[in-house]
Amino acid sequence: MRPVAIISFAQAPSKRREAERNEVELLMPVVAEAVERSGIPKREIGFTVSGSCDYVAGQPFSFVSALDAVGAWPPITESHVEMDGAFALYEAWVKIQTGQCDSALVYAFGKSSMGDLPAVLNLQLDPYYLAPLGVDSTSLEALQARMLLERGGASERSLAEIAVRVRRAAKDNPNAQLRGDFEIEKLLAEPYLASPLREHDCPPISDGAAAVVLAAGDLARRVSKRPAWIRGIDHRIEVQALGLRDLARSESTALAAKKAGVPGRRIDVAELHAAYTHHEPILRAALGLGEDVVVNPSGGPLCANPFMATGLVRFGEAAMRVQEGRAKTALAHATSGPCLQQNLVCVLEGD
Amino acid sequence: MGQPCAVIGVGQTKHDVKRIDVSIAGLVREAAERALADAELDWNEIDAVVVGKAPDMFEGVMMPELYLAEALGAAGKPMLRVHTAGSVGGTTAIVAASLVEAGVHERVLTVAFEKQSESNAMWALTIKVPFQQSIVAGAGGYFAPLIRAYMRRSGAPDDTGIRVALKDRQNALKNPYAHLVFPDISFEQIAGSPMLWDPIRFLETCPSSDGACAMVLGNESTAKRAPRKPAWVHATAMKSEPTMFAGRDQVNPQAGRDCAAELYKKAGITDPRREIDCAEIYVPFSWFEPMWMENLGFAEEGKGWEMTYSGATALTGDLPVNMSGGVLSSNPIGASGMLRFAESALQVRGMAGEHQVDGAKRALGHAYGGGSQFFSMWIVGDQPL
Repeated sequence: MRPVAIISFAQAPSKRREAERNEVELLMPVVAEAVERSGIPKREIGFTVSGSCDYVAGQPFSFVSALDAVGAWPPITESHVEMDGAFALYEAWVKIQTGQCDSALVYAFGKSSMGDLPAVLNLQLDPYYLAPLGVDSTSLEALQARMLLERGGASERSLAEIAVRVRRAAKDNPNAQLRGDFEIEKLLAEPYLASPLREHDCPPISDGAAAVVLAAGDLARRVSKRPAWIRGIDHRIEVQALGLRDLARSESTALAAKKAGVPGRRIDVAELHAAYTHHEPILRAALGLGEDVVVNPSGGPLCANPFMATGLVRFGEAAMRVQEGRAKTALAHATSGPCLQQNLVCVLEGD
Repeated sequence: MGQPCAVIGVGQTKHDVKRIDVSIAGLVREAAERALADAELDWNEIDAVVVGKAPDMFEGVMMPELYLAEALGAAGKPMLRVHTAGSVGGTTAIVAASLVEAGVHERVLTVAFEKQSESNAMWALTIKVPFQQSIVAGAGGYFAPLIRAYMRRSGAPDDTGIRVALKDRQNALKNPYAHLVFPDISFEQIAGSPMLWDPIRFLETCPSSDGACAMVLGNESTAKRAPRKPAWVHATAMKSEPTMFAGRDQVNPQAGRDCAAELYKKAGITDPRREIDCAEIYVPFSWFEPMWMENLGFAEEGKGWEMTYSGATALTGDLPVNMSGGVLSSNPIGASGMLRFAESALQVRGMAGEHQVDGAKRALGHAYGGGSQFFSMWIVGDQPL
């Protein structure tokens, strides 16, 4: 495999509602900043790929106009996945592996404030047997959380502790939407949204965007003082039907981690796409992360959840810590689908 | 270009206006099972699955690959979902090929589909978003002015489009999977069909279809062991440009020309008209055949219509185009691009049945999407490059 590294990252601060800017306006400064920081002239970037979802924009072909944010003229080699931007990054990594290009721009965006995201996510389900029942994503996640609690893998208090910890960590993250010091007792006194999940167990609704530039071997070394090398990357999916999965565990994460070379490796920091508090213990167990591993120092998706860009932000936050020398080895994780159906795991390392 | 990659299995569904006999999962599985049978591989021998389709609103299922993971045997495997507008079927095949070329996987299943009867594509294309122009009249309303511009520029005879439609509809009679089958189709019948978006007549238009297409792609060692002749991927290319800006030529878009140029260069082709034996190209409205002949460099600018007129693009011509009957005969949108890629592979494998071009050694697959702005293409050959 060719050595490939993340060499730059930019993101828009997550907001509850980006009322003044459309997707292109949200993306333009983010893409420009990532390209500028990469040190590679935009015209020389060999591949562009993005991740977004039409149902978030409420419009077919929503990625088409987003192309205006990269200025695709003269024409560029470009692709799009209807997936989180982290999976677009995977496609870019594959493209670089073919030798057809040495660098790639990856971007993702989502303005989930425009709709009712938990209700919209119902449309991800089996359209004949499950979606018509009207179950929303919060209720499905609550089933998974309940399963974890009943197995003894967490308690409502331990989940609240996760919320308190990440919101405190987010105080250092200017791009986070929720941050501050919260008292566990007050959080536990709140009503359930869907038992056992309370508001603090669930991600905020966010509008946001992110962009990453990847470069291969010599190019990465030339333009970056400290590239965040992709040492391993893999993703796996499970069947969707909840009754066919052990919801208290994430087999696909464990498998992807194995393929990405996580077991036996010392990980300093992990940015996990744990959008609900109960995701964190499930993912920690699947990834084999001990208590010594710092998880979601950015605050993670519980503090900023620009749907469709959330996974790519994990890559950026993890890479940034490697690039700044704050971590030697970082793990980035992204997920898609109800209750951690599909998972992507990546190990990033400095020289 | 990376590791060699070849198509070792091709499958498609019978395309129809309403496949009420199958669910979405049943539809994609029908194509995938046929591709696996062609490759003589079992589900567990597939390393990864790459799915493509056009907007999710065409079925009303958001990111349907998540729900389809089980039907496509993807559990425990990597699965990707591509969406690049009308070109998506082609781009999906290219993404799948890149997984093999990169040396990441040995055998990849790629599937593209659309089940248009689940929803209404015209509606899905007509949503009004604040501050953006609505397409209102679907794709035909968007493309008709481009065709009129082409007619004006080239001076092509008014009946060129009718001739394309006649040829493609006659070719479809040789394709058992085609959706539209008109056994007695005639020039007069097409000429007399209702005008939908002037100059596009009803019978010069693609249908809305339910259908799926699947391919199994393999690396060199897999292809050499394949039970049937593989189609070797010689080159792939994709190019995009913005939808609109002042001075943009939508009739002969730069992205298409650049894409073809890059493709030919990678495949070592200098004279495409002579070196390519046949082409499956994305022609949703008849007039796009002459337009793309020029954009692809098969004809000089303004002369594409002469290829249609002289019969060069007929099944018996020197560059047969859309031997399968093309998008005009079957249009499960998300799969339409992959069908072009798959049909080009069938040709060089000598497996295209009644619409086989004798001795086809090198074939082009082409797809485009959006406002004539997204292009994906590949060249396949009967031998490794």
